[in-house]
Amino acid sequence: MSMLYFSRLYQAMILGICALGLLLCVPNFLSKDQFDALPKWAQNKIGLGLDLRGGAHMLMTIDTQQLRKDWMDNIRDDARRTLREGKLAGSPSVVGKAVEVRMANPADADVGLTALRRMIQSVGGSGFGGAANLKVDKGSDPGVIVIEPSDAGFTERVSNAIATSIEVIRKRIDSSGTKEANIVRQGFDRILIQIPGVEDTAQLKELIGKTAKLTFHDVHPTMTPEEARRTRVPSGFKIFPAVRGEFATEYLLKETAVVGGEDLADAHGAFDQRSSEPIISFRFNQKGARAFGEFTRVNVGRPFAIVLDNTVLSAPVIRDAILGGSGQISGSFTAESANNLAVQLRSGALQAPLTIVEERVVGASLGQDSIEAGKRAAIIGMIGVAAFMIFAYGLFGLFASLCAALQIGLIIAIMTLMGSTMTLPGIAGIVLTLGMAVDSNVLIYERIREELRNKSSPLKAIEAGFSRAYLTILDSQLTSFVAGLIMFVLGSGPIRGFAVTLTLGVVTTIFTAFTVTRLIVSWWVRSQGTSKIEAPLSYKMART
Amino acid sequence: MIFKGVDFFPHGTRFPILEYRKVFVGLTLAAAVLSAALLLTRGLNFGVDFKGGSLIEIKAKSGTLDVVKLRETLNGLGVGEPQVQAVGDSEALIRIGQQPGADALAESRSQDAANKKVTGSLAANFDIRRTEVVGPAVSQELKSTAVLAIIASILGIAIYVWFRFEWQFALAAIVALIHDVFITTGLFSLLWYEFDLSVVAALLTLAGYSINDTVVIFDRVRENMRKYKKMEMVDLLNLSLNETLSRTVLTAGVTAIAVLALWLFGTTVIEAFTFAMLFGVIIGTYSSIFIAAPILLWLGVDRGAIVGEQKSDKATAAAKAGLP
Repeated sequence: MSMLYFSRLYQAMILGICALGLLLCVPNFLSKDQFDALPKWAQNKIGLGLDLRGGAHMLMTIDTQQLRKDWMDNIRDDARRTLREGKLAGSPSVVGKAVEVRMANPADADVGLTALRRMIQSVGGSGFGGAANLKVDKGSDPGVIVIEPSDAGFTERVSNAIATSIEVIRKRIDSSGTKEANIVRQGFDRILIQIPGVEDTAQLKELIGKTAKLTFHDVHPTMTPEEARRTRVPSGFKIFPAVRGEFATEYLLKETAVVGGEDLADAHGAFDQRSSEPIISFRFNQKGARAFGEFTRVNVGRPFAIVLDNTVLSAPVIRDAILGGSGQISGSFTAESANNLAVQLRSGALQAPLTIVEERVVGASLGQDSIEAGKRAAIIGMIGVAAFMIFAYGLFGLFASLCAALQIGLIIAIMTLMGSTMTLPGIAGIVLTLGMAVDSNVLIYERIREELRNKSSPLKAIEAGFSRAYLTILDSQLTSFVAGLIMFVLGSGPIRGFAVTLTLGVVTTIFTAFTVTRLIVSWWVRSQGTSKIEAPLSYKMART
Repeated sequence: MIFKGVDFFPHGTRFPILEYRKVFVGLTLAAAVLSAALLLTRGLNFGVDFKGGSLIEIKAKSGTLDVVKLRETLNGLGVGEPQVQAVGDSEALIRIGQQPGADALAESRSQDAANKKVTGSLAANFDIRRTEVVGPAVSQELKSTAVLAIIASILGIAIYVWFRFEWQFALAAIVALIHDVFITTGLFSLLWYEFDLSVVAALLTLAGYSINDTVVIFDRVRENMRKYKKMEMVDLLNLSLNETLSRTVLTAGVTAIAVLALWLFGTTVIEAFTFAMLFGVIIGTYSSIFIAAPILLWLGVDRGAIVGEQKSDKATAAAKAGLP
């Protein structure tokens, strides 16, 4: 079969793909009103990346050391409770990356071991026979039991913390009125937040970065922090610093909270009716209200402390039992910080602080400039390439240029279908594709010229040009494909956007430069009406 | 009568390219040694992606930007000595080095504080157009991923070429490819241009592009080996290079036009990328002609194997075309 023969069906297929592709890109070039007027199913277009529309990209890492430390404290508390329930005497303490339980009577070690082993849970929920989250074994000293978290257990712990953090961050960002935030886990201990349209991230970081762990604590009835420092901090108590401007600089508080932020039903920023100071008014859920009511009923006349992220905000004296489950927190807030804190309290606490490890913010003005620059470069590149091709190959050069334009349409169409976003490196990839796409035509046309020089008839030369160049085109495109694929797999951010368009460029080149150009050439041949067509390309004979 | 284009490139040339192979290979070796020396002694001017720290792009709200004054303002902030690079009359890039801290997290926090100081002091007179902050952990990862990506793509391409050609071709092509990537990196060291993620993307693209030329030439070499069974290898390679010369140069020209448009009309964001690509197009073309072919000549090719392949190749081609 001839390279220039296309059955009707084949022609229809090629034209169908081209038409479909061009139709799919149309919505990308409409104005907003025109786009909105389209039927719903046709409203698909390529989104703009953050570098083009402006916005913030923040990569945050969760403090895994803090998570581990908190977990160790939990394990210690659990061990203490387990021993108490089993009526065993022993003192657990955190030693490095493990909890050591020293039994009061070394003979209890075996009983203690059995009891403490009940703390072991399997990772990934029970019943699946997964790995254990803890290792509980006898230590080298007699009467010592060592509880050590397993790697699998810690991994699960981090995963859970990330999952809840994502939820919390989403709530916080949503309630600040920011829309379209994209929040996903990345790697082991990271969260990626992408928010279009945000230029000033300071407030956002304020909102996201705080753990906002709110707890209500009992104050030690008699001992002051100074006394505790001088003698010994009583077991179960801890010294907490206070915010500046508070009555005292530190407080001696019971370590275990009476009630915590997880029992809040609502919180919002408000103003105190008497002093018109910014405050946060809150309401507990049923469980919290009951616990708080009971605590305040018993402790009328004594102070209690409101602690945020391990810092005492205030320590008011209980005047009456607070049974309604609602109250207010004051503590040198500004209206904005009160509002922020209320949002954070409503959204829940983070299990550990998040730190920004990568941040990229593009202003809308630069984004707009980039779009303009990208468009300009693409148009000028296209005109330049087309001019060059037409100069070198005349009518056939025009065919190649049309196919290159068609190819850009197809790349945009596929990106529309895939729902991918366009970035500045993406535009660069498209412009580069232009050059590489017509390379295939250069290969074919140079080959045709060569055949003409070798005295082939024009028709034979065209056929040979296409058929001989085919494998070469495939080879050269596939090597680019390999590079593009690796960029996509290993690359991040800008590299990936570039890899997408480059890879699509390679895939579409084979279709447009080889198949579509060939179809157009076959039409041209047929339009000549004779099998003795004139040579389509000028050629100089070789010098001898 | 149609416009048939201008066949402006000389054809039927018989440049004795390989006769000068020692000159070109010598030139290349010199460039490679220089690159290696530069990379070892001077290293690369890593951008924030690989070095960590922050990059802030600003534009004066009105009038022009006074770089000297800006530098003074920034130096008084106690965040080290930020680098200021003017872009045009009203814009500038500010680079703040990685701020110290006890551990990676503390470093990130102090970096954030430094940025706040800088942007805070500039907010009145400048628009903050872009901020990029990369922490030490992330920059290390980006660096190792970049190295991995370059090695992986070279390997990937090598495997493909090895699959398509005899090993001598594959080896020659890969040496040419590594040469391009290496010398381009060396140029970045020489000119002290900023080397960031986008340059790595350019290097990977360049790898894909450079191998194209080489593959096209090698395709022709193989074809000619079947056609001219008795021709001396050096003549055959010369012939193949000459026959593909017009295509090689024209393609480089077209790609250069596209990249040039990006370079001239792009923004600061992709400047480094387009510069690397522009140089890459030139060196990629150079290496395909002057490096890959001489190496192939030195390695020698088992011509019997290729001629033997011919029959089966022809048979499949015939079957494909439906010819008897």
